[in-house]
Amino acid sequence: MSIKGKAEELLAGIRQLSGEPFKIMEVCGSHTVAIAKSGIRELLPESVQLVSGPGCPVCVTDNSDIDRFLSLAQTPGVIVATFGDMLRVPGSKTSLQAVRAEGADVRVVYSTLDALEISRQNPDKEVVFLGVGFETTIPTVAVSVEIAEREHLSNYSILSMHKLVPPVLELLVTDPEVGLDGFINPGHVCSVLGTAPFEFIAGKYQKPSVVAGFEALDILEAIWMLLRQRQEKRAAVEIQYSRVVKPEGSPKAAEYISRYFEPVDAVWRGIGRVPQSGLRLKAQYRLFDAEMKFDLPKPKSVNTPGCLCGEILKGRRHPFNCRLFGKACTPLQPVGPCMVSSEGSCAAYYRYSQRRGMSAV
Amino acid sequence: MQSERIIMAHGSGGRLSQRLVAEVFQQAFANPYLDQMNDAAVLPPAQGQPALTTDSFVVSPLFFRGGDIGKLAVCGTVNDLAVTGAAPKYLTAGFVLEEGLLINDLNRIVQSMAATAETAGVTLVAGDTKVVERGSADKLFINTTGLGFIPEGTQLNPLQVKAGDKIIVSGTLGDHGIAIVSEREGLSFSTPVSSDCAPLNHFIQGFLMPGVKCMRDPTRGGLATTLNEIALQAKVGMLISEEHIPLLPAVSGACGMLGFDPLYLANEGKVIAIVAPEIEARVLALMRRHPLGRQASAIGTVTSYEPGLVLLETVIGAKRILSMLEGEHLPRIC
Repeated sequence: MSIKGKAEELLAGIRQLSGEPFKIMEVCGSHTVAIAKSGIRELLPESVQLVSGPGCPVCVTDNSDIDRFLSLAQTPGVIVATFGDMLRVPGSKTSLQAVRAEGADVRVVYSTLDALEISRQNPDKEVVFLGVGFETTIPTVAVSVEIAEREHLSNYSILSMHKLVPPVLELLVTDPEVGLDGFINPGHVCSVLGTAPFEFIAGKYQKPSVVAGFEALDILEAIWMLLRQRQEKRAAVEIQYSRVVKPEGSPKAAEYISRYFEPVDAVWRGIGRVPQSGLRLKAQYRLFDAEMKFDLPKPKSVNTPGCLCGEILKGRRHPFNCRLFGKACTPLQPVGPCMVSSEGSCAAYYRYSQRRGMSAV
Repeated sequence: MQSERIIMAHGSGGRLSQRLVAEVFQQAFANPYLDQMNDAAVLPPAQGQPALTTDSFVVSPLFFRGGDIGKLAVCGTVNDLAVTGAAPKYLTAGFVLEEGLLINDLNRIVQSMAATAETAGVTLVAGDTKVVERGSADKLFINTTGLGFIPEGTQLNPLQVKAGDKIIVSGTLGDHGIAIVSEREGLSFSTPVSSDCAPLNHFIQGFLMPGVKCMRDPTRGGLATTLNEIALQAKVGMLISEEHIPLLPAVSGACGMLGFDPLYLANEGKVIAIVAPEIEARVLALMRRHPLGRQASAIGTVTSYEPGLVLLETVIGAKRILSMLEGEHLPRIC
């Protein structure tokens, strides 16, 4: 059967189970992009609503963290290695892209292994990798620390701004203003963690959730599975993305995280402090911890007036509700972080449905 | 050459400059016009309406799977002429060499330009070389200018495009963009992707006929940006079918991994043709007969719905905006 045929079948199933309003949060930024790109929203019955969650690591990096790594990048003798998405993120005053144009040594890498290679080739410089990401990428950062330790790469360090998904989900599931009925759990994060850390959604809060893949059909199927749980009056963590995600996850990758890192409270942009939702390197690895190595200032974070990123990340507001959206804030000149990363809700809405009422077409 | 690398003296106009010109450039490009060695090439009178275009090439790395900056510099300009319906005839080339460039690399690139020009049937009639200090350029920049002639009766113009016309693309999209990114970042995929860099003029002549209304080569900004440009100029809407857009599986895979959208990636050997509905099948058949058009596909229709708006019908049957490229973070690729 064609993709369109399968989609129609799933949509028929969804329509059959719809009825009472059902609000689903897609937690992961890759899901937000896939939903916008495939136009799923337009095909869903009105009672089934998808809201985008805080699952873009770039978007939830707080202004104060951005200011800290910007000051690091401006330190003489320091090379900052980062994933490309961070380049355009606006801090309180400037961005990596701007400080690079002024002479800072900022290198875009595709993996931590590239950052290690830069360290090897520049023994007289300090190389700092910007650790921004969720459970999916954290194991690779842990591996880089392992290699740096083995090779005695004393000029390599990481600035850990990593975030953990389950703690922020617990905050959202209990937020009455958000009022969520179900969750599409992040496929890649679950491929590392497995489903156990997400059991509380069903156990403690009696809400259905489904781990979904990233194709349009995966997401449609996950929505149908969520509605089926409601129909059957049960709540469980189900796996739609079984071709990649096993219930136990990847114990080895998860073990890497806990071997090198320990949880700390972290500030999420727009959401605020979330207990035990961040990670720092354990004390025995502080040689590789940029926090320990450099005297980083603690600049005051200045949020941009009018920017709704925080509300949007929590699923309380929609990008179209923001008066900066598409005017003062575009992918070319982003004001808030949700417009910077291609996985940000605002960027996805901007690119794939610039106007309201697209479904009328 | 005695010295292996370009030094500032190669740009002095003195003996080293002359030797570089003689041993690298004249040797590769020799022809009666270049051999005049005048300050300007004097060309014979020609038939048809002249078409003139220029483009600069700053790609990094200089060599990539499927091509190099020299081949690209010829193809880019030849293709810009070809999509206007012109038969490309003459090229000029300006080279900005960074001090320290390997002369061997320059030689390879110049040879590749000569070979590509021969394939395309264009003659390089004038050239210039400058050397800049290390750090003032990235190894080698090339500018090419091309002159071609549009035969009488050929008239391509986006203003002729109207609702009901069909949109055809000559093959798989995003190959060049992915080839360059993989090369730059040292990424290896199980099936390596080659750039599609190729001169399109002979291919285009094979299907150019009355009813072909507008052509473009979707280079920077890719298919999405090019379609938007045409839609704005022609004041028409477009509806594109995602299902019919040809993509190499390796390109879709790499895009998924790197977070790129293939519809925004550069192509260097593809043409988009907008044709009257009654010749769609013939144009497609003629394209597919040529090695450069084997995977040609009809991807959509011109509509009268909102002028300037390009819509994509996704594989699951939803419609969304296919917008222009907007401040993407992509490496230099042409």
